[in-house]
Amino acid sequence: MTKKPKSSWNGFSLKPRKEMPAGLWIRCPGCEQMFYKTAVEQNLNVCPKCSYHFRIDAVTRIKYLADEGSFQQILSDLTTNDPLDFKFRETTYKQRVKADEKKSGATEAILVGKAFIKGRGVVLAVMEPNFLMGSMGAVVGEKFCAAADKAIEEKMPLVAICCSGGARMHEGVVSLGQMAKTSAAVAMLDKAGGLFISVLTDPTTGGVTASFAMLGDCLIAEPKALIGFAGPRTIAETIKVELPEGFQTAEFMLEHGFIDMIVHRKDLRSEIARIIDYCQK
Amino acid sequence: MAENNNNIGSGNYLGFEDKVAEFDRQADELRRLSSAKGIDYSAEIRRLQQQQVAELKQLYSNLTAWQTVQVARHPQRPLLPDYLGLMVKEFCELHGDRCFGDDRAIVTGFGQIGRERVLIVGQNKGRTTKEKIACNFGCPNPEGYRKAIAKMKFAEKFKIPIVTLIDTPGAYPGVGAEERGQAQAIAFNLMEMSRLTVPIICIVIGEGGSGGALGIGVGDKLAMLEFAYYSVISPEGCAAILWRDGSQAPDAAEALKLTSRDLLRLQLVDEVIPEPLGGAHRSIHDTVYNVEKYIVKTLAALKRIKIDKLLEARYEKLRSIGASPASILRSKTQPAQERIKTAIEAIPRKPTHISAEV
Ligand SMILES: [Zn+2]
Repeated sequence: MTKKPKSSWNGFSLKPRKEMPAGLWIRCPGCEQMFYKTAVEQNLNVCPKCSYHFRIDAVTRIKYLADEGSFQQILSDLTTNDPLDFKFRETTYKQRVKADEKKSGATEAILVGKAFIKGRGVVLAVMEPNFLMGSMGAVVGEKFCAAADKAIEEKMPLVAICCSGGARMHEGVVSLGQMAKTSAAVAMLDKAGGLFISVLTDPTTGGVTASFAMLGDCLIAEPKALIGFAGPRTIAETIKVELPEGFQTAEFMLEHGFIDMIVHRKDLRSEIARIIDYCQK
Repeated sequence: MAENNNNIGSGNYLGFEDKVAEFDRQADELRRLSSAKGIDYSAEIRRLQQQQVAELKQLYSNLTAWQTVQVARHPQRPLLPDYLGLMVKEFCELHGDRCFGDDRAIVTGFGQIGRERVLIVGQNKGRTTKEKIACNFGCPNPEGYRKAIAKMKFAEKFKIPIVTLIDTPGAYPGVGAEERGQAQAIAFNLMEMSRLTVPIICIVIGEGGSGGALGIGVGDKLAMLEFAYYSVISPEGCAAILWRDGSQAPDAAEALKLTSRDLLRLQLVDEVIPEPLGGAHRSIHDTVYNVEKYIVKTLAALKRIKIDKLLEARYEKLRSIGASPASILRSKTQPAQERIKTAIEAIPRKPTHISAEV
């Protein structure tokens, strides 16, 4: 690996990392074609040819979703206290967190705050796939609940962008408990008459799907997003049968009646705005 | 409990119980000799039994996490039907989720515990092979969770408290389960159980496997049997992912802090219900009696609390998991925060046209 020259800009890159090898060209996992990176980026990180929706980090998501410069973060200073003092192999959870902080530039797997979407005030909770696979530990749970509280307090809709590998096992039952905790917070928002729009993006699995992600008044998914409870590999290992084509995709969820709609990334802003307008009291 | 079958070592020893088994073997040998040769070895046998009790005490007061998991999975461990038979009077089973089917991995019904009428919701793993298959080894499908919440709402309507007995390796990971919305079913239960207007007591009696356990595990009190375990993922699953080797499950079990002792210390469970010497499987009666005693005591306490206060406390309890107050999660990672702030501020404020077509 050659070292890149240091730029004067000391923020972190807005470019997603996972599916993007260094260089000017990237391969689309959907159609296997090579594209000029900027072309994909200018297209909201959607493949110009096959509409494959690339995974994007939380900041990029906010950039695409919120009105420019409108996002005001809350609880930016929460980080895990490693409740179990979790050690595995030759490493520790703390080290893993540090490594992912460095790699992703994020401090946790969710960003929450107030924002505007097409001029409509919302509370946004956006998950970060590049930080421990967007898994939910105590910080994610706490920040999501704070977002729900804020939505009640300010009488604003809550919009969650879900993207997660599930509960964060490094936090054991503490992370399992976040499922109950976030669901209870949604119950409070529901009781207060607040609108909760949950957007399921690739991937939304495990403990996040089985808690707040599926509890939206309105459930939206991005095309072809992996959405499910158990991971496909776990299922394949358990039942020892090949999984059906398109299993656990957004389209599968729509067909089986578990989401309201599938929305292309370019239409997400307007679709969310439209639902907010319909739910105006 | 009046009756206590002192048959401590009745076969089915766990891998770490070699010494316990050896005492039994020696005692059996002496019994055989005494009947064959007519010599009285009863003093020696009594001495062996005393040594065995001492050994069990020593062993079970220092179980490792992985040994605890094995005890929780012991084939003779009391299962839901044992509790229904010994602890619940006039059990009246209620079937079906009114949508799809009747999941046998979750049993629901009215019954009496002590002098209280309650709704029992419990997971059943099955004892015989036939039973195991019928109830899917205790791995519920979505219809199980939907049945559970439907009956809980029935109970709520008539102010009947709810007792849930948790014993599952996890919610079933199958094609049908996904098609019928396993995640949605569990999520819905979590939300609804957080606000049901009747007291809810949850007890992990064996395996508390992840979301599958939590799906009937939200309430005012969460208790665990001493050698039950409760975990976000099975030790095998965790080892396969983090250790990249499923055989490292003992290490994973240790790291996950899944024993009742650890979870009590972490304030994630409210109470640990003691098991008889050498684990629940060595005396089903004593185990069920201890659980019954806990339920009667706790129900009496919960019934004294006004329902709005109870719901407030339940919500506070849930909100405090892992972060009470939020300030305990605050730390000094200033540089990282700065990075995020810079990145968010770097989002352009002037309109930039992003074309959909390229
Ligand atoms: Zn493509």
